[in-house]
Amino acid sequence: MNEALVELGELIAAERSDEVVSTNIAFGELTVNVRAESLDKTLEFLRNDPNCKFEILCDVCGVDYPTRVKRFDVVYNLLSLRHNQRIIVKAETDARTPVPSVVGLFPAANWFEREAWDMYGIMFSGHPDLRRMLTDYGFEGHPLRKDFPLTGYVELRYSEDEKRVVYEPVNLTQEFRKFDFESPWEGTEYVLPGDEKAEGQG
Amino acid sequence: MAEVQIKNYTLNFGPQHPAAHGVLRMVMELDGEVVERIDPHIGLLHRGTEKLIEHKTYMQAMPYFDRLDYVAAMSQEHAFVLAAEKLLGCEVPERAQYIRVLFSEISRILNHIMNVCAQAMDVGATTPMLWAFVERETLMEFYERASGARMHAAYFRVGGVHQDISEKLMDDIRIFIEHFPAVLDDVEALLTENRIFKQRNVDIGVVSEEEAMAWGFSGVMLRSTGLAWDLRKAQPYDVYAKMDFDIPVGLNGDCFDRYLMRMEEMRQSMRIMTQCLDQMKPGPVLSTDPKVAPPRRSEMKTSMEALINHFKHYTEGVKVPAGETYTAVEAPKGEFGVYLVSDGSNKPYRCKIRAPGFAHLQGMDFLTRGHMLADASAILGSLDIVFGEVDR
Repeated sequence: MNEALVELGELIAAERSDEVVSTNIAFGELTVNVRAESLDKTLEFLRNDPNCKFEILCDVCGVDYPTRVKRFDVVYNLLSLRHNQRIIVKAETDARTPVPSVVGLFPAANWFEREAWDMYGIMFSGHPDLRRMLTDYGFEGHPLRKDFPLTGYVELRYSEDEKRVVYEPVNLTQEFRKFDFESPWEGTEYVLPGDEKAEGQG
Repeated sequence: MAEVQIKNYTLNFGPQHPAAHGVLRMVMELDGEVVERIDPHIGLLHRGTEKLIEHKTYMQAMPYFDRLDYVAAMSQEHAFVLAAEKLLGCEVPERAQYIRVLFSEISRILNHIMNVCAQAMDVGATTPMLWAFVERETLMEFYERASGARMHAAYFRVGGVHQDISEKLMDDIRIFIEHFPAVLDDVEALLTENRIFKQRNVDIGVVSEEEAMAWGFSGVMLRSTGLAWDLRKAQPYDVYAKMDFDIPVGLNGDCFDRYLMRMEEMRQSMRIMTQCLDQMKPGPVLSTDPKVAPPRRSEMKTSMEALINHFKHYTEGVKVPAGETYTAVEAPKGEFGVYLVSDGSNKPYRCKIRAPGFAHLQGMDFLTRGHMLADASAILGSLDIVFGEVDR
């Protein structure tokens, strides 16, 4: 199984050398990192090439790494029935740069991309109908971003006076508790103010 | 008389509608009684599961999976624990693998019997639903006897299952397997040759192989087109590789085929369950690696180290090495996948849940186009939608 994956990774990297950034295999799964701007071409190749034949798009999702310049990963999970293989295709983007939509290639991407837009604010250029998917009508913000609080910003209730549902800022009756399990005995990296020069010396 | 141009009619279906199988709102454009376009609005049951999981330890995150597809709870747990185990690289005792497979198949029967009979009710047959609930109750009792809860079992754990099952329970499952085919026969006697049922289902909601693949269908929806694709055979997990069972496939890809396949899959599930019960040997049911799973309770009561270990497991949880994986299982509704990203801490960094129903509901528009309004509920029923997993 693994040899086939290594071969497949090398093949994709060789055929699409200007689109693929890197490939790696972990846990018996092949991950291909690609450039976001040519993502649709890479996926088209993966779908049509007889050695790949990844014809089913299982999933599209975003991952947020707020510390990076390009903070989002867009992750495509593809499945090939012909070769009984899976592949993960990843591209990096930020909140401003759109990723080419693959709805034309895989109709299934429609809702998955809408969900990624809804949850992370990742834009997809060429998407026919980039509306919110799961959140409320008129919702603001992108809830799965790491800087979006778990409690959200608004809560709603039925107002007896106004005879309708009203939105209000979240009012927590108890402080939200977040437990920190970082043990000080397990090598926490202490930041010593003014000791930045020491970095890279040890 | 001059021809009158009739404007298309827009109908709002749901969010509260008995045939919607949950909270689904569909905006339908109708030309007379023919559906021109359907725009499903989902998310009315969105609970932010993925966000919540990012704030929970792996053990605390697991019960959320029961609440996704609550009709077949344990299949979802299976995907999550397999993903976490892959990242941890831990071994699962054989008995635990058998128990998991056994309960995954119980979940499959729970799901299919619910779906078949609910779909039959959507097209007018009330009796199968009443019969089905008797059997579902029996199966839920098995859930309860294994885990303590009828629905939200939280039974599968990273490294195995929470508790061993008793001999008595295994015997009772055997008794169930003996008598359940008769119930299936009864349901089939009511439906399979039923004229009304056939009129409502044959050649309704036809999917072709290309369409099914393009729209990311899986499970029964994909197999109804004739493709024999089942993850239990193609990419076996746990002890499915040792199991001997057949995969029913459809010929026409219509609602009736899907009904027939679900009936047959239940019979195959019983075959798998029998094999599990026969092959199961006594042994541990949870990994004995203290880094992966908490100690057994009896041990915890007598050993100080085990007590500390237990405490660490239930407060801090397990630190999972950094990495990412997409792990999928053949849930009753189709491919249920978990894309798990760990950053090396005790909580998942990202846990994307790939629900089969999400992809299937997306196909609602092309499946229903050109059908009558009444067919929409038949098609929706045969897609097997549960909103817990679609909305997450």
